Amino acid sequence: MGTSTNFSSPASHSHDRVHATTDQTPAVQATSENGTSDSMTGDRSNDASQPAGDNQPSISSSKGDHDREDDQRPPLPPRPSLLQADLPTTSSAGTKRPALQARPTTAISSVDIQTLSFPDGTRGTFSTPATRSVSESVSISGASGGQSTPSRKGRGGSEFDDTTSLMSYAPTLRANGDLASLLDDGLSSQSPAWKLLSSQAESMNPFEKVGYEDLSLLNFDHEFEEIDAVDQKGGNEEEVLLQWKSKFKHYLILSSAGKPIYSRHGDQNLINGYIGIIQTIISFFQGAKDPLTGFTAGKTRFVVSTDGPLYFVAISKLGESDAQLRAQLEALYMQILSTLTLPTLTQLFTNRPNTDLRGPLEGTETLLSSLADSFTRGSPSALLSALECLKIRKSQRHVINNTLLKARTEKLLYGLIVAGGRLVSVVRPKRHSLHPSDLQLIFNMLFEAGSVQAGGGENWIPVCLPGFNNRGYLYMYVSFLNAFDDGVNSDEPASTAHNASRGDEIAILLISADKESFFELKQMRDDVVKQLEKNGSMDIIKTAIRQGRPSTTDIVSGTQLKHFLYKSRANVQFTMPSFSPHFSSLLARRRGLTKHAD
Amino acid sequence: MAARGPAGTRGGSTRFAQFKLVLLGESAVGKVSLVLRFVKDQFDDFRESTIGAAFLTQTISLDDNTTVKFEIWDTAGQERYKSLAPMYYRNANCAVVVYDITQASSLDKAKQWVKELQRQANENIIIALAGNKLDLVTSHPDKRAIQTADAEAYAREAGLLFFETSAKTSENVRELFTSIAKKLPLDQAGPRNPRAGGRGGVELRSEAPGTNASGPCAC
Repeated sequence: MGTSTNFSSPASHSHDRVHATTDQTPAVQATSENGTSDSMTGDRSNDASQPAGDNQPSISSSKGDHDREDDQRPPLPPRPSLLQADLPTTSSAGTKRPALQARPTTAISSVDIQTLSFPDGTRGTFSTPATRSVSESVSISGASGGQSTPSRKGRGGSEFDDTTSLMSYAPTLRANGDLASLLDDGLSSQSPAWKLLSSQAESMNPFEKVGYEDLSLLNFDHEFEEIDAVDQKGGNEEEVLLQWKSKFKHYLILSSAGKPIYSRHGDQNLINGYIGIIQTIISFFQGAKDPLTGFTAGKTRFVVSTDGPLYFVAISKLGESDAQLRAQLEALYMQILSTLTLPTLTQLFTNRPNTDLRGPLEGTETLLSSLADSFTRGSPSALLSALECLKIRKSQRHVINNTLLKARTEKLLYGLIVAGGRLVSVVRPKRHSLHPSDLQLIFNMLFEAGSVQAGGGENWIPVCLPGFNNRGYLYMYVSFLNAFDDGVNSDEPASTAHNASRGDEIAILLISADKESFFELKQMRDDVVKQLEKNGSMDIIKTAIRQGRPSTTDIVSGTQLKHFLYKSRANVQFTMPSFSPHFSSLLARRRGLTKHAD
Repeated sequence: MAARGPAGTRGGSTRFAQFKLVLLGESAVGKVSLVLRFVKDQFDDFRESTIGAAFLTQTISLDDNTTVKFEIWDTAGQERYKSLAPMYYRNANCAVVVYDITQASSLDKAKQWVKELQRQANENIIIALAGNKLDLVTSHPDKRAIQTADAEAYAREAGLLFFETSAKTSENVRELFTSIAKKLPLDQAGPRNPRAGGRGGVELRSEAPGTNASGPCAC
């Protein structure tokens, strides 16, 4: 791509904006809620380019309703053609997505999917839950008429609806009076947050409250443990099934022909039966031109999403919204596309509708699982569909950006420096932005799933970035620098760092469309590293990693605020304080993020 | 091996050569483990699948004055990466084709790779066949699916070096790479043959003249 001449480094403006916010006007986060937005306004005026609404921090105590709409509702970065108009994330950093942009995947639908008209779901054996199905049905009928996939439409719709759902909670219910009977217990039990919202008094501390009331997450610490395999005689089947059922979250992926593709928990023998059942259910509704989008059994929410020849099912007892679950399923689909590309996937199923996709996807189960687990743990990045930047000074970042720009080679498409899953710097061609969903896939591959880092050495990875172009591969050069090994030698790059945690590694990612450009990019990496060490930037990055995120009390001393998420929509970035001390455990973190999400 | 002229750089009586090595084989036979044992002397019992390919280097001394540097391409074994393989074995001086001695099918896959290499790769490529996971059969002899003699006979027939290795216990790992190094033509240039699209030859980089000017040749 002849892009080398118009490289820009958006990071230099955009990223620092967020940092400026945290650095200079910490009061913003703490106070805005009570309407003392003076400091905020002041901050905003520094940065007139941001739409006003975007600056609202969304705070986890549950009042800033419209903040939540703006910032927190994160359908995974959509494929743009559908959402361009209303979703600023697509126009990240002010650039239009390229024309070779991924087309909506409906293009490959082998089944002719009709617009949803699943009204309330209270038919047959399925009961539909409270608020969700309400918003779902409303939105869907409102948005009908198109021919996009139900999942997308459903998401778009419910997104809209969810934004108003808090305010219009009661009226919405009334409007669907036939559901009222179902709601009574569903309401209080589905999501602890709803309960809190409705009962919350000014003085109450939402987190402590949840702490002892919400016993439902007691076993969450075991969520990610492997399930035993069914032994050969099937003697332990019942026990294994119990383990399987005790999980809070399941993801199933199957082909429309009913072939299992992926399950987060449980091996083939265990899940086959369930795959069969779910396929039958989905197909039944498909056949009736009335696709199923979700249903509820007890306290468990099932969300179904169809992408071409693939069925995705999310099963959650965590009280997540349909929109969230749908976004998660979308991300899993993106991961599959990232492995195969859309044309390959389409071709496989066109040639043989009963293709077993496990073969072509072999080895990527870990990527799917780490992605799934990051959702289950509660990933702010996925929640906001935004990325987090390493906190350093603007001038420092400027130096790093320039170092990258100066060293870039002709073959380079994107160049990134990432530290512990946080972006330090990015260079890209002027007309191509990096889509957050693509970054999510990359970060997941590099920092959540361990295989790339554990392999030691430098890596050359063919990867399809569906947000960029779902039709072909790009080639990604990855080198991890051992941040805490003082004897970093630019000749012998990065290795498995057992001392530093995986999340703290500094990685240099150089992406090219040319699969032969490994050595060119490797040379660039060597130059960049040498230069960063020479101009002191490497030390700055390491120091910033060591310092970690500031705690809320560092930002505003004595604040009662325990955590916040702040997303700048214009920059598709978010920032947050440290999870500790209040959210250091897995469980507490999950609860905290459930609050954010609600 | 008769005394030959050194490749690469020569400093005094020492010789240094650099070679490109590619690892091929079915997925989950232990390619990464072999390489990590060789390069870093590490082993993890649990390892996730390789994604893409990894590039590592390791230098070994054959004797007091011969040093061989391997540039190792460790490829992923999955079928979908197959079309990328030529990129890695092109211009390779040597290849290690790995199979798992407890998995009968993995030797068939290895034979396919050998065939492909002999047809498509460098004419003089040195190929070694490595039956990995030797530790598994040491403790449980009934786990062995491929008899040593069978694999050895095949290797002899196909003109391959042959070792049964264990990345876990490191048995025969070093021997494998050393014997490859010994067989390599140290008098020929290493992997610096034209590497399509890669770097090669003189680098005309802005910094180069400055740094070189004060280089060792000045003394």
